[in-house]
Amino acid sequence: MNPARPTPPIASLADAPEELSVPLPWRRRIFSHSMTTIAFLLTGLALLPLFAILIEIIRRGLPQLSWETLTALPAPVGMTDMADGFGNAIVGTLLMVGVATLISVPIGVLTAVFLSEFGQGSTIANAVRFLVTVLSGVPSIVVGVFAYGVIVLTTKEYSALAGSFALGVIMLPIVVLATEGALLLVPQSQRLASAALGANRLQTTFRIVIATALPAIMTGILLSIARAAGETAPLIFTALFTENFPRGLFSPAPSLSVLIYNYANSPFVEQNQMAWTAALVLLGLVLLLSVVSRVITRKRSDA
Amino acid sequence: MPSHPNQPSMQKVQPLPDASAAAMPAMQVRNLNFYYGDRRVLEGISIDVAQQCVTAIIGPSGCGKSTFLKALNRIGELETQVKVEGTIEFFGQDIYNPRVNLNRLRRQIGMVFQKPNPFAMSVYDNVAYGVRVGNRRSRSELDEIVESALRGAALWDEVKDQLNKSALGLSGGQQQRLCIARALAVKPKVLLMDEPCSALDPIATMKIEELIHALRSELAIAIVTHNMQQASRVSDFTAFFSTDESRVGHMVEFGSTTHIFRTAHDARTRDYVEGRFG
Repeated sequence: MNPARPTPPIASLADAPEELSVPLPWRRRIFSHSMTTIAFLLTGLALLPLFAILIEIIRRGLPQLSWETLTALPAPVGMTDMADGFGNAIVGTLLMVGVATLISVPIGVLTAVFLSEFGQGSTIANAVRFLVTVLSGVPSIVVGVFAYGVIVLTTKEYSALAGSFALGVIMLPIVVLATEGALLLVPQSQRLASAALGANRLQTTFRIVIATALPAIMTGILLSIARAAGETAPLIFTALFTENFPRGLFSPAPSLSVLIYNYANSPFVEQNQMAWTAALVLLGLVLLLSVVSRVITRKRSDA
Repeated sequence: MPSHPNQPSMQKVQPLPDASAAAMPAMQVRNLNFYYGDRRVLEGISIDVAQQCVTAIIGPSGCGKSTFLKALNRIGELETQVKVEGTIEFFGQDIYNPRVNLNRLRRQIGMVFQKPNPFAMSVYDNVAYGVRVGNRRSRSELDEIVESALRGAALWDEVKDQLNKSALGLSGGQQQRLCIARALAVKPKVLLMDEPCSALDPIATMKIEELIHALRSELAIAIVTHNMQQASRVSDFTAFFSTDESRVGHMVEFGSTTHIFRTAHDARTRDYVEGRFG
């Protein structure tokens, strides 16, 4: 280094400040506009199937929708003077999804509590998480065959319970993974604050961690319910289908999804049309459920 | 002052300042070495946290002040494996005795954290939480405890009309005082404060400091702070922690706050309190 040479100034007030309001060069403007356009077009393209399905279901399902459709039993084909509907399938779906929720939510939430609160980092927790992830990837028809083997073959009858069990197995991994994610998002400082007040781990987990994560857990449960309500394959060889209202957990039960499957394959136009209506009702049920539980959780978290 | 011939030599074997000859210190730490896993993070710490006094712990970043505080209510072990050598006594009882009931220990040694961390519930439920997890109380008893804790934390007048609103709607300073009220509600003997003002503006800081002054007569307070003016304003005793190349925190000096800030023995303490390093 030559000590005589002065170091160049790092910043200088001697130079005039640069003009701030300079228009962008035309190439950047064109690029910006075209990218915005492409982004909008692609968003539209992604939403297109969703709206196409919704519009088609409403267009073809709405004309047959009436109070009768929601409450009456399916009429034999050709009996035009009888009330025709699928009230039995609605009741069956509600019943089986309800029982499946009762099976999968307690087990799923408690599994997630173990994974995130009590067993975090342990070998067994990692193994459980891996198996749950594998379970979430099992095709629903395989779950149906499994429920057939476990419940139908042992009890020697097709039943709503077998269908609920199959749906519960499908819901379980969704509930576990969503709940674990929700619990992990609760800041550690909340757990420490609770422990510092003399709460034990169980109190901390149930009163603070789960309470804080409740809206997110709810979302996960809803997602799993929506998934289960639409499943057909696991019900075909477990709950079967009947033309009557379900008579309890230990006999075959109808469901909207199997009804849609049967009617869509039917050679009769009336039944094809009714399949659209059933699809509309199924969609409406899932939507209603998600709106209602969102309202409930929002009220709770505002308190 | 007439003194017994043995007195001078007795004072020599007792190098730690005696808070008040009669009262037993609320917490007594002797020759503490503390490990996170196998890594030693603190060594050779001996401190008394005297009753009805404020004990400040100061020192540069990374010297283990917060770690030390978290060792006093055994909350650090929730985050990592810890190992302890030496003794920490709470009114003469070894808190690292394996038979210690941690919930009972933590109920008597409250803690306020660096960042206000109210629970996502109402103001009332926040304050009542510690009482509720401890034992059942009637609604009227609970109301009384919540009110007196909020008054104790100088927050009652500001929140008495919004006890059922979410605590997350309060300002940062109010949230921190709520956390203090929450800790007071379980009637602790010791209150640990881990840089309680570092996330607050000067006015909120001043309110917390006034609160510390007011609370001093009721319990023993140990406060970790980065802010030396704060330590000199609020505390009766000060411990200066430092660290060396080995990254192990150790205690350089412990004494009355006037001593540490005016007449410290150790050159490192003098340099630090005068702002020459750290």
